Amino acid sequence: MDPSTVIAKRIARELKSGMLVNLGIGIPTLVAGFEPPDVQVFFHSENGLIGTGAIPAEGMAHPTLTDAGGRPVTALPGASTFDSAISFGFMRGGHVDVTVLGGLQVDQQGHLANWMIPGKMVPGMGGAMDLATGAKRVIVAMQHMAKGQPKIVNTCTLPITSARRVDCVVTELALIRFASGNAVLAEIAPGVSVDEVMAATEAELVVSDDLCEMQL
Amino acid sequence: MKTVPLADAVAMIPDGARIVVGGFLSVGTPDRLMDELVRQRKRDLTLIANDTARPGVGVGKLVDAKCVRHVIVSHIGTNPETQRQMMAHEVTVELVPQGTLIERIRAGGYGLGGVLTPTGVGTLVEQGKQKIEVEGTTYLLETALKADFALVHAFLADYQGNLAYALTARNYNPVVAMAAETVIATADHIVPVGVIAPDHVVTPAPLVDYIVANG
Repeated sequence: MDPSTVIAKRIARELKSGMLVNLGIGIPTLVAGFEPPDVQVFFHSENGLIGTGAIPAEGMAHPTLTDAGGRPVTALPGASTFDSAISFGFMRGGHVDVTVLGGLQVDQQGHLANWMIPGKMVPGMGGAMDLATGAKRVIVAMQHMAKGQPKIVNTCTLPITSARRVDCVVTELALIRFASGNAVLAEIAPGVSVDEVMAATEAELVVSDDLCEMQL
Repeated sequence: MKTVPLADAVAMIPDGARIVVGGFLSVGTPDRLMDELVRQRKRDLTLIANDTARPGVGVGKLVDAKCVRHVIVSHIGTNPETQRQMMAHEVTVELVPQGTLIERIRAGGYGLGGVLTPTGVGTLVEQGKQKIEVEGTTYLLETALKADFALVHAFLADYQGNLAYALTARNYNPVVAMAAETVIATADHIVPVGVIAPDHVVTPAPLVDYIVANG
């Protein structure tokens, strides 16, 4: 299983029927593909849609039915559309149950950096800061390392996205929770050892008493 | 409300004007107005919009044609030309979190001085802004935004200027229609009064100054 699939499958298990869920761009988008068959959530697109469905069949796309990346999508039965003020009210107002966001770095306390690399990449934060600040639960989906460097660090060296701390990070190696203010290693992926996770992580990890293998 | 030809609508917009434009990655952007702004070679505009779309698309056309001097947007990552002009100091860019941007525009249209938002507290976004604590939570004071012209695209406009929108092409449009001195709208279909039922009107007619004639 490739790293993105491990991450997306694990996060999909967090989805429960009736939840309002916003998926970011990249690995987070893949989570929708692993929604368990007995679970039905509402997917929220920041451009003003709840009930976002799959990519339309050939010839069925409509130019005014798109996702947050501007790509054609379908709308599921019960879908609704609304303006951008309402859409971001959903995020800041705590009406979005779970958001899954990509990450460049997460620090020991659970601060996320995912919107810029000074001098290199300044695309603008779009909706990332509102999601990271306002969603009820923030899950970060990212690979454990980038170019051989740990992404789970003592202190973010990149500008952070929000002062609010994320709830957990899921990588292809581990699930790490931040609820207690520490970085707690709660789950390890099948075939991965605690030592391997520690070696790939700069932040100090507390190994949970209930450490278990990630169910995929 | 008056119905005007496309060229006359755009001729009202002077060089240096501040425009706020509906659309999200060009979906719901009044494309004919963008093309006409380019054709009339407008210069030094300040553009307020969600993003700068992509080169050759939506408000991206204004960037390509160097109509714009300053942009206030949440995202330029899809438009390398905006980034190039920013690096070359041809355009200045103010990046605003999307939820803050839409609320600043809403505040402008609703007669508010600004809004208090938790978004951006503790990040680079808070630089130079007043922080206000309310009942134990820290917020940033984000000031209202208004424009000289709002450029709006609707699915339906009736003969009096009531507007209704289609699916995700609604986005910024109803909000920007409140936030400018002069509101110019295009519509896919211009229909008799009554076709849009009162409950289905999203932007009421008195807000709309000009409907651009179709055809």
